[in-house]
Amino acid sequence: MLDVRGLKKVYEGSGRRVEAVRDLTFTVDAGELVCLVGPSGCGKTTLLKCVGGLLTPTAGEVLIGGRRVTGPPPDMAVVFQEYGRSLFPWMRVRENVELPLKQKKLTAARRRELVADALASVGLMDAAGAYPWQLSGGMQQRVAIARALAYEPRVLLMDEPFAAVDAQTRADLEDLVRGLWRQRGITILFVTHDIDEAVYLGERVLILSSSPTVVQEQLKVDLPADRDQLHTRVAPRFAELRTHVYEQIQAAKRGTPVADRLVKDLTDTPPPQ
Amino acid sequence: MRGANALLGACGLAAFLALGEAVPRLGLVDEEYFPPTSRIADALAGELSDDAFWTALGDTLTGWAIGLVIAVSAGIVAGVLISVTPYLREATASTIEFLRPIPSVALIPLAVLLYGTELRSVLLLVVYASFWQVLVQVMYGVQDVDPVAEETARSYGLGTWARVRHVLWPTALPYVMTGVRLAAAVALILAVTAELVIGAPGLGARIAVAQTSQAVPEMYALVVVTGLLGLLINVGARTVERRALAWHQSVRGEVAV
Repeated sequence: MLDVRGLKKVYEGSGRRVEAVRDLTFTVDAGELVCLVGPSGCGKTTLLKCVGGLLTPTAGEVLIGGRRVTGPPPDMAVVFQEYGRSLFPWMRVRENVELPLKQKKLTAARRRELVADALASVGLMDAAGAYPWQLSGGMQQRVAIARALAYEPRVLLMDEPFAAVDAQTRADLEDLVRGLWRQRGITILFVTHDIDEAVYLGERVLILSSSPTVVQEQLKVDLPADRDQLHTRVAPRFAELRTHVYEQIQAAKRGTPVADRLVKDLTDTPPPQ
Repeated sequence: MRGANALLGACGLAAFLALGEAVPRLGLVDEEYFPPTSRIADALAGELSDDAFWTALGDTLTGWAIGLVIAVSAGIVAGVLISVTPYLREATASTIEFLRPIPSVALIPLAVLLYGTELRSVLLLVVYASFWQVLVQVMYGVQDVDPVAEETARSYGLGTWARVRHVLWPTALPYVMTGVRLAAAVALILAVTAELVIGAPGLGARIAVAQTSQAVPEMYALVVVTGLLGLLINVGARTVERRALAWHQSVRGEVAV
């Protein structure tokens, strides 16, 4: 579904040349939920903007369903970290969710249906007439998620969506995203700096090196599909996986991969193709 | 609290009017050039019952309104175009900075040469003065677009026109409103000035006539009318602003979540 091949991004400007992303290759299968983690400043946002068609890569390419991304693809939605700035304060919740649908030239009846369905699935039917700034942070991010759902994307990109909400809200939103993913079968690429979150949510975790970025490791998360905050997070397997990811990230910061002492019981997914 | 403030305001105004009555009556100033409040009020009542006064008021408001509409439309269109077209902002910045400080009244001779005492001379001055107020505010407003909002719009496939309409315009609107409010005040000043100096029909011309015919209380009454107009225009503009910007931080205040 989502193919990233040899992606490279170099920023040039005012005499400085910054290689943010060196060479990234990975795939996300249709209906898969993949989390990207990496040390801070490793070019996660750059990668996501390239995938979302908001930035043109210096080299390499991004393919969605076999088609090359040259601008924002019509079957992809992005949920940004800064919900307060990503939602438009001059529009009510309903209008915020509906605006992208108007660009899709859908009929008014179909738009209403999609908006109502999306708001219902994030549990915000009652807030349709409110302005985003009348809602709490967690609710605002739910509105942003509803806006993405109503757009009916095949691929959903999430850029550290829960970095700005409190821990309890974050747990609720994580369960919401996993629930929606299982219900709707969307392909999700979830970028985060939170290791626990990546392991808890993902079917697979891609660990990025520090900048200039490459994929340090791909790790299959072999936890049961039914996960919950209470039991999954204290499962021994969860602890093993998170420890492994943590070590890889520490190693990424130092720039040397660790000698893999967990390798016997960790089944790394083979590189794509 | 608001009631108390209104009461204080009314007391202040009453004291001011009483002072205006007392000072000439006590002979502290020459009553001929500074008539007491009551005589100005009489003259004002006289004006209000005179058809010619209403015609003059209509002329002034016509010049003000047409000039303001032209200036606001042109300012918004030019401001958006200059801001969104690459290089145009840099190319026009120095010219704008040169033209903007030219006082509109310096163009009075030009207006007379071109249009004599017609409405068009008033419009020339009004438009020139208020256009810059709007243009500059629009250009600030367009600069204020949040990059995250812009990227959100782009990622959802909003084209250039849709982004101008749904992102750029609402972002710039608070600035536009400020520009319009300033322009409305400036436009009134210029409309009255043009009438006064050039003699185009309107309240300004009527003030000049009252002055030359020694009708001093009438002259003051007309000045009071122009002041009231300015006050009404400002209150009106603020009301429109509050309605249009109910969502904006400056109007909505802090919301408890």
